Amino acid sequence: MRYTSAAMGASASRAVRFQVASDQALIVYFDPTATTSEAKAPPLQNQITMESHERVRRLLRLLELEPIAGMRNLHPAYCSLLIKFYPLKLRHSELEEILYGYIARMEKAALPEPRLVEIPVCYGGEYGPDLKDVAELHELSQDTAIELHSSTDYIVYFLGFAPGFAYLGELPEALVTPRLATPRRSVPAGSVGIAGSQTGVYPIATPGGWRLLGRTPLKMFQPDRSEMSLLSIGDRVRFVPISRERFSKLQLENA
Amino acid sequence: MSLIEVRAPGLLTTVQDSGREGFGPMGVSPSGAADPVALRIGNRLVGNPEGAAGLEMTLLGGMFVFPERAEIALMGADFSATLDDHSVEMWSSLEVRPGQTLRTGPTRAGARCYLCVRGGIDVKLFLGSASTHLLSGLGGFEGRALRKGDVLRIGTATGSFRTFRKRRVAAKAIAQLQPRKVLRVTAGPQADWFSEEARKIFYTETYRVSEESNRMGLRLQGPAITSAAGGEMLSEGVCLGAVQIPSSGLPIILFVEQQTTGGYPKIANVISADFSSLGQLRPRDEVRFELVEIETARALLAEQEKLLASKELILE
Repeated sequence: MRYTSAAMGASASRAVRFQVASDQALIVYFDPTATTSEAKAPPLQNQITMESHERVRRLLRLLELEPIAGMRNLHPAYCSLLIKFYPLKLRHSELEEILYGYIARMEKAALPEPRLVEIPVCYGGEYGPDLKDVAELHELSQDTAIELHSSTDYIVYFLGFAPGFAYLGELPEALVTPRLATPRRSVPAGSVGIAGSQTGVYPIATPGGWRLLGRTPLKMFQPDRSEMSLLSIGDRVRFVPISRERFSKLQLENA
Repeated sequence: MSLIEVRAPGLLTTVQDSGREGFGPMGVSPSGAADPVALRIGNRLVGNPEGAAGLEMTLLGGMFVFPERAEIALMGADFSATLDDHSVEMWSSLEVRPGQTLRTGPTRAGARCYLCVRGGIDVKLFLGSASTHLLSGLGGFEGRALRKGDVLRIGTATGSFRTFRKRRVAAKAIAQLQPRKVLRVTAGPQADWFSEEARKIFYTETYRVSEESNRMGLRLQGPAITSAAGGEMLSEGVCLGAVQIPSSGLPIILFVEQQTTGGYPKIANVISADFSSLGQLRPRDEVRFELVEIETARALLAEQEKLLASKELILE
């Protein structure tokens, strides 16, 4: 059930691998380990290449522009795309055939210019209850930790977990921190957290194990807004430190 | 406009329809009825499109008053329902006279009972669906489970006015649609990361549904399974019925309010034809897994759809 194939004249390093996920889902992997079907270990965070991710975005874009009949849903991630479909309308093998065609021509599909989205964040204090611990763990001052977190341009790898939750990377090496051993029962909406080499903003209040550095007054997901999710896959994100006063002001404006 | 007054909400009652597929790129989960077959047939009994919105009750049902005439059907698990003290037949349509009270109690078997009503439950759609997504507080009735005192609107029935005609599901079909305790699965995308021994445990042992389960995931208790990956991997897209093995080794079956992506290896995936059985699992229920090929899974789904499309399904 595991296939390895160099997609239509592409070089081996650009191989794509199809994997049956369920009777109504197929996963397309663009991971760098795709050439070795023997690989039984999972690809790790540090193996995400921008090239793989760009290929995910290209295929997603092309499938959104030209939907395949029988396709129901698309779940993009770091270097894979899960495609859900009606199993009585389409077979895995038929879908793979069609996808080969898409993959062969997707390099020509123009990706939208990446947007740069600035997200204002009030760091530390009650909004960022883990900032102190994270700074101490890495032997940094809190100001340096803030400086590090807010001076990096992040890429939106994908949205998942909850509506509008963007997985952003890569966190500066000096801030890479494991998740909390015990997740919080409730993380307030707007909380900006880090986990491993990722960072992200909680769009809604949920339980969560990411370490919280601050909070944004922006609404990350709003059902009655034309662009429901503030962020989309491929966007670039920069966090901008703001004062508590500015936070309150923006919060009122966004209410 | 017809209404339903919620006198008692039950343990967890939400508005659900066939769900919202197609918004994975925004991180939005499909949600929808946990026992989709029960909802689909119930809607047909009362003359609705199959995907219309109904009420999904969990383990303990609620009490509802109908100020106007209505046509309803109760589907799925038997919650010992009565209408003004007369017992209500399951899997059958029923006329409610103005002012009557429908009472539903604790489950006799199964986890979920559906109340379908002619015209459907009328709520503001979110991304084209009436389904409630509890975690994000979106969709359904104010994005939440029903509470005492809520008043629901019944939608306008399609088609012309008609006099009530009782319709019921054939006994043979009901028997065929009984929830299974052995869930059939296909191999998961990381099945070969697990040793033969680990897979043997998964396919021979009996697991028990944990009290910690909800519409996001069914957590299982039983013998732990270890994976070569040590329980973590690079996050990837996941779908309904995926059986994840986290570092604890105790399986979690992704359910209707699943996350759209996940970072645990998946040993198996429940087949589409058994989604309804998944929706009827209660905490403490025992469950086992049987491996089937993709072609078998597709054939079983085709068989189920054939039953749903057959003329013998609904008797008038």
